[in-house]
Amino acid sequence: MADLQEIIGRGLRSSANPVKSCAKRMTSARMVLVAVGVGLLLGGCSPIQPWVKPYEREHFADPIMSFNRDPVSDTYLEHVLESREGARGATGGIGGGCGCN
Amino acid sequence: MQLTVLRKGIRIFVAGLALQRHARTLLALCLCVTPALAGVLPDDRTDALYHRYQGGGITIQGPSVLIQKKITDNFALNYNFYQDYITSASIDVKLSASPYKEKRTQHSGGFQYLHGKSTYSAGIISGSEPDYKANTSYYSVSQDMFGDLTTVSLGYRRGWDNVYRDIKDVATGRLENDPTFHQQADHRGYSLALSQILTRNAILNLNYEAITDQGYLGSPYRKIRYSDPTVPGKGFTLADQIYPGTRTSSAASGTLKYFLPYRAAVSGQYRYFRDTWGIVGHTVELGYTQPALGHWIFDGSVRFYRQNAASFYSDLFPRANYSNFMARDRELAAFHSLTLGVGASYEFHVPSAPWINKSSLNIHYSRMIIDYSDFRNALYAGQDGFTAGNEPLYQLNASILQAFVSIWF
Repeated sequence: MADLQEIIGRGLRSSANPVKSCAKRMTSARMVLVAVGVGLLLGGCSPIQPWVKPYEREHFADPIMSFNRDPVSDTYLEHVLESREGARGATGGIGGGCGCN
Repeated sequence: MQLTVLRKGIRIFVAGLALQRHARTLLALCLCVTPALAGVLPDDRTDALYHRYQGGGITIQGPSVLIQKKITDNFALNYNFYQDYITSASIDVKLSASPYKEKRTQHSGGFQYLHGKSTYSAGIISGSEPDYKANTSYYSVSQDMFGDLTTVSLGYRRGWDNVYRDIKDVATGRLENDPTFHQQADHRGYSLALSQILTRNAILNLNYEAITDQGYLGSPYRKIRYSDPTVPGKGFTLADQIYPGTRTSSAASGTLKYFLPYRAAVSGQYRYFRDTWGIVGHTVELGYTQPALGHWIFDGSVRFYRQNAASFYSDLFPRANYSNFMARDRELAAFHSLTLGVGASYEFHVPSAPWINKSSLNIHYSRMIIDYSDFRNALYAGQDGFTAGNEPLYQLNASILQAFVSIWF
C-alpha cells in the first residue's frame, strides 16, 4: 500500500513537473523570439556598415577594373556577336535594331 | 639641456610632417577614389573608331564616333555616330539572292542625370539602311546603396522597326524597295542589374533581361529548302520562310572581375539564355588585362558560345508546307563558336593641347570561328557527289578589327 502511495505520489509529482518545465521552456522560447525580433528590428533601423571602406576602393578607380573601359568598342563587338547568334540581352548594353548582315 | 629641448622639438616637427603626409595621402585617396559604379557620371571623352568585319563572304567596315560630355556636375550628354559599309556575297546571298552593297547609318543620343545616389538615363537610337528603319528609346534608373557597395539598375527599352524588301529595278538595274512589301516589328526589353563590390579586389555584376518581340521577325531574303526529287542534281527547292509573329526571351548573366596583386585584372562571365522559339544558349568568357611598360595596356579574351536550334528550324524540310513555321536562318541553327581576342592600348599626352587630359591609341583584333551542327553548305548540292542533306557542314571564319583613338578632356 505504501508502495502504491509512493508510486501515485511520484506520478503526481512527475505529472506536475512536465507542465511547469514546458511552461518555462515556452517562456524562454518567447523571450528568445522577442529578443531576436527586437534585434532584427533594431538591425533594420541601423544602416548596413560597408565592409569595404571608401579608402579601400582604389582598385575600382583603376581603368583596368572597369566593365566598360572602351564603350565605343564594346558596343560594336556586342552588335557583331548579337547579329550572328540566337542569344541576346543581359550584357548591360543597349543596341539599335537590325544591321543583321 | 637646450640641446635636448631642441632635439625634442625637431622630433615633434618631423612627426608632425609625417602625420601631415599621411593625412595628405588619405585626403588624396578620398578625393581621387571614386566608385566605378553608378552615382558617378562618365568621363568627358571622345572616341573615333574604325571597324572592319570580314568573314563568310561579307565585308563590313566603317567609322564610329562617340562623344560623352558633362554639361554640369550632375548632367551629361552622349552622342554616337555609327556607319556600316556592307559588301555581301554570303552563302545565303549566293543561294537565294544576288551579291549587294549597301550602307547603314545609326545615330544615338542620350543623357544621364545624377541626383543624390540615383542616376537617371534616357536616350534614343535611330538606324537606317535601305530596307530597314529602326528606332529605339531607352530609359534606366540606377541607385547606389549600402555605403555605395551596391548599385541596382532598372531599365526599359522600346523599339519600332519598319522592314522593307529590296528588288532590282529591271529598267535601271538599281535596287529599290518593293512597293508590295512593308512590315513592322515592335520590341520591348526589361532589364534588372546589380553591381556588388565583394572585397577590395573583387566586383560582381549580375544582369537579367527579358525581351519581347512582335511583328515581322524574319528576313525577307532568306529561304528555306525542302527535298524535291523532281529537281535534278540539287534535289531541293527553295521557299519563303514562315516565322512566328512573337518571341520572348530571357537572359541572365554574372560577371566577376578581380584585381590581381601585381596590377592586372582577370574576369569571368557566364550567360544563360532561353526563348520561346526553343533556343537555349550558353556563353562563357574569360578576360585578362595587363598594364605594362608604363604607357601600355594589353588585353586578351576567350569566349565560348553554344546554342541549340530553334524548334521550327531545319536545314532541309522533308516537303513543301511541312509545318506552320519554317526557318533556315543560320542564327537559329545549332552551333558552337569560339572567339579569341587580343588588344593593345597606348596612352600618351599631347603637350601642345593642354585641354586634353589623356589620350590613347587602341587596336583590337578578334578571330571568330563558328561551327554549325545542322546548317550545311547547300551550294555543294549536286556537285562532287553531294546530294541535298549530305553536303558538308558550314563553318564561318571571321576576323574583326577595331582601331580607335580616345581622348579624355
